[in-house]
Amino acid sequence: MTLDLNSPTGAARKRRPRSATSLTRSSGLGLGIALTWFSLLVLIPLSLVVIQSIDGGWETFRQTLTNPQTAAALRLTVTQALIVTAINVVMGTLIAWVLVRDDFPGKRLLEVVIDIPFALPTIVAGLVLLSLYGPDSPLGVNVANTERSVFLALLFVTLPFVVRTVQPVLMELDKDVEEAARSLGASRFTTVRRIILPSLAPAITAGAALSFARGISEYGSLVLLSGNLPLKTEVASVRILTYIENGNEAAAASVATILLLVALAAIVLLQVLSKWVARRG
Amino acid sequence: MDDSPTKDTVNLKLSPEPTKRLGKGLRRGPGEGGVRPSRGAGTYFRRLLVITYLFLLIIWPVSLVVQKTFDGGLGNLQTALSDPVVTGALQLTVIVALWAVAINTIFGVGISLLLVRYDFPGRGVLSALIDLPLSVSPVVVGLALLLAYGGTNGTFGPALESAGLQVAFATPGIIMATAFVSLPLVIREIVPVLQEIGTEQEQAARSLGAGPAQTFRRITLPSIKWALIYGVVLSLARALGEFGAVKIVSGNVALQTQTATLVVEQKYQDFEQGSAYATSFLLALIAVAALVVVTFLRPKDDTDGD
Amino acid sequence: MNIFTRNRVATAVALATSAVLLTACGGGASGDPDDQLSLVGFAVPKAGNNAAQAAYAQTDAGKGTTWRESYGASGDQSRAVEGGLKADYVHFSLAPDVTRLVDAGLVSKDWNAGDNKGIVTDSVVVLVVRKGNPKNIQGWDDLAKPGVGVVTPNPGSSGSARWNILAAWQHVIAGGGSDDDAQAFLTQVFANVKALPGSGRDATTAFQGGTGDVLISYENEAILARQSGEEIDYIVPDDTLKIENPAAVTTKASPKAKAFLDFVLTKEGQEVYASKGFRPLESVEGVEVGEIKGANDPADPFPEPGKLFTIDGDFGGWEAANTKFFDENNGIITKIIAESGKS
Repeated sequence: MTLDLNSPTGAARKRRPRSATSLTRSSGLGLGIALTWFSLLVLIPLSLVVIQSIDGGWETFRQTLTNPQTAAALRLTVTQALIVTAINVVMGTLIAWVLVRDDFPGKRLLEVVIDIPFALPTIVAGLVLLSLYGPDSPLGVNVANTERSVFLALLFVTLPFVVRTVQPVLMELDKDVEEAARSLGASRFTTVRRIILPSLAPAITAGAALSFARGISEYGSLVLLSGNLPLKTEVASVRILTYIENGNEAAAASVATILLLVALAAIVLLQVLSKWVARRG
Repeated sequence: MDDSPTKDTVNLKLSPEPTKRLGKGLRRGPGEGGVRPSRGAGTYFRRLLVITYLFLLIIWPVSLVVQKTFDGGLGNLQTALSDPVVTGALQLTVIVALWAVAINTIFGVGISLLLVRYDFPGRGVLSALIDLPLSVSPVVVGLALLLAYGGTNGTFGPALESAGLQVAFATPGIIMATAFVSLPLVIREIVPVLQEIGTEQEQAARSLGAGPAQTFRRITLPSIKWALIYGVVLSLARALGEFGAVKIVSGNVALQTQTATLVVEQKYQDFEQGSAYATSFLLALIAVAALVVVTFLRPKDDTDGD
Repeated sequence: MNIFTRNRVATAVALATSAVLLTACGGGASGDPDDQLSLVGFAVPKAGNNAAQAAYAQTDAGKGTTWRESYGASGDQSRAVEGGLKADYVHFSLAPDVTRLVDAGLVSKDWNAGDNKGIVTDSVVVLVVRKGNPKNIQGWDDLAKPGVGVVTPNPGSSGSARWNILAAWQHVIAGGGSDDDAQAFLTQVFANVKALPGSGRDATTAFQGGTGDVLISYENEAILARQSGEEIDYIVPDDTLKIENPAAVTTKASPKAKAFLDFVLTKEGQEVYASKGFRPLESVEGVEVGEIKGANDPADPFPEPGKLFTIDGDFGGWEAANTKFFDENNGIITKIIAESGKS
């Protein structure tokens, strides 16, 4: 199978004419420019990091990964990012649904606060989360220095992704189709499963991939809450900082490379999943 | 059920004024469509769940920022706004964010079209790589950029500096770091919509004699408009709030390369929490204002969608 | 999209673009006058440095000097200068951060040749407790007691946090204990650790937010926090470690930077730092400390501990200490911290 992640899904391909065409001269030029910029900004700098991890030799790589503290940090980071992504898929889609299809007083307020987690400096996000969900919590919910603090902070900083990717697709989604399906006797559940979900799948996947990627790299917002306890609440980014502080760039680059690979695997997996959902529709 | 009526219906509605058609889903007010949301228990349950969730996760924490900002009246805000370090940093942040968003928007629209509408070798690989920037720990983003563009040891840095362009520890480096961390956002907004709408409209327009530019402007752009808007707002918010990568690449020099989030950290470090909260409040305000402005800029005939 | 809207969008875009271009031009115009000095430092002594800069500006040598300042974590700042961040004067938490620049050829090899051995600010490791000291913490031994929650910045990722842990270690050694005893003691302390925040300031915030009963911190940080109205008390243990922060001028620095360093090492300079909570250097004579707001006893702000350890005298310098205690695989403290996670 060729890695053909972004083409219209298999199901869609049958019901609409094959859309992709080969490159024209102008689109080829555009691709060239885009790839140059992408390489200068992302690929070359990241390759330099990966090279640095290889520089230390396989031994550094192995040693870094078998260090129990680093291994635990990677495990915690990936697990929490996965859980958070799963919740974002459900809650994000639901929020997008309510924002697009429902109407009630105060909806506009909800609409404008969605992006704030991105704009708020992470240190301040950490401060307010600490005062609301820390030892002095007015709700009596204290997650400080536990795994749940990592979870909470990640949930906060990744919230906008799924909401904002699903929203525009939901707006473009033609209600007439749902109407037709309903009038033909399809149940609400069938309509959702057969019509809406397959159309939303690519958007949900895109949001999920973004939120997972951000989740495994996050540091600033959770540092105050998590307490960096080894084997318990220490995340991968803190391990990277530790290696850098000790002048062991190769080990730091190794951890970063592992995170890159995990993210890549997750992205590919999500795309496959999205195709599968779309095909079942 | 591969022959779902979705696209056939769309085809049938191909009207002489395609733009009108594409605005249709948006123009209709909520609940005015054929499928009226049944205002049953489910609707209220969903609504309650979403409101509670957003309240606990965002509204309450953010209202705490607002409350701390206005603790004791306008004092904190006035102190912050009369501090040249804060105003300078806010100015720099806005400049950097606008540049990064502009770059990401142009790059994002272009690459989205290429990914969805064209076939070329390595397309799948490129698509998978697009998300990677987000999975890189900010400190590693900073170090990666320094490895490439650092003035003394970077791969390209010394050559660029002798050509008179300082990237690291200067505004170009900050813009790059910001563009890096917000790179996939516009693309991931647009791609699903492009996939959803298909190409019939564009093909029809082309067959009626419209050039590529006209087709893009009249057909494609209106239908990805909301995706683009959300992509831009999301990128802007992310650009305003970025801290870790920028801290390393900028050198954090007050009044020169210190962005607003770096000032917030500095004020917090110096036990000036009032100013830290006030500056954060202003950043959140810019993000909200951006959303409100783009919502206002939307075409008049769309009454839905916010 | 009707014409009207398109115009509106176009106008907005045009306005935004021109605003960006105009401000970009304005921002890029700042020159680099001779009187401007670049200071790159770690975050803790910012208040002291700013006060010293103000005092320096009052002297003949310092008249007209303006500053370009950058503050952050000590290691980050040192790596930034190594990577090309412009600096005339650097001020770090630990000597190895200056050594890095010596190795890179950015600081002269004889930077620590003077009477002060390159050190410009001193402090001691102290124990910060809640107002009124409800757990009656008096010294290091109390940190190992059951039921006492300890907060200290993460010595792994923050070099400046390493002072704190070494003080606790040397307490046992100075009391006649062996390395094994010290290890056992620190294992107990780390069993009590409730949080290892990223930086000293984060640790203070976590402590203020209700985590733990004792915060291991610097005396100057505790005094500055109290000057800023934070509700805390602090205890100077009877035996503790002297914190010595180095500063240096870079090889390419303008002569003005050296003049500032000289000023910092005068009686007046040290008095300014003392007012922000730093202990005056022993190598500078005749410093009159006077009354220090925020200290436990403002009239006698810097009580002499019974025993004061030093990094060079008791640990053989930072290089040896870093290898022995903080190596990321085999360091004694690294292992104790990793072990503490298993409980």
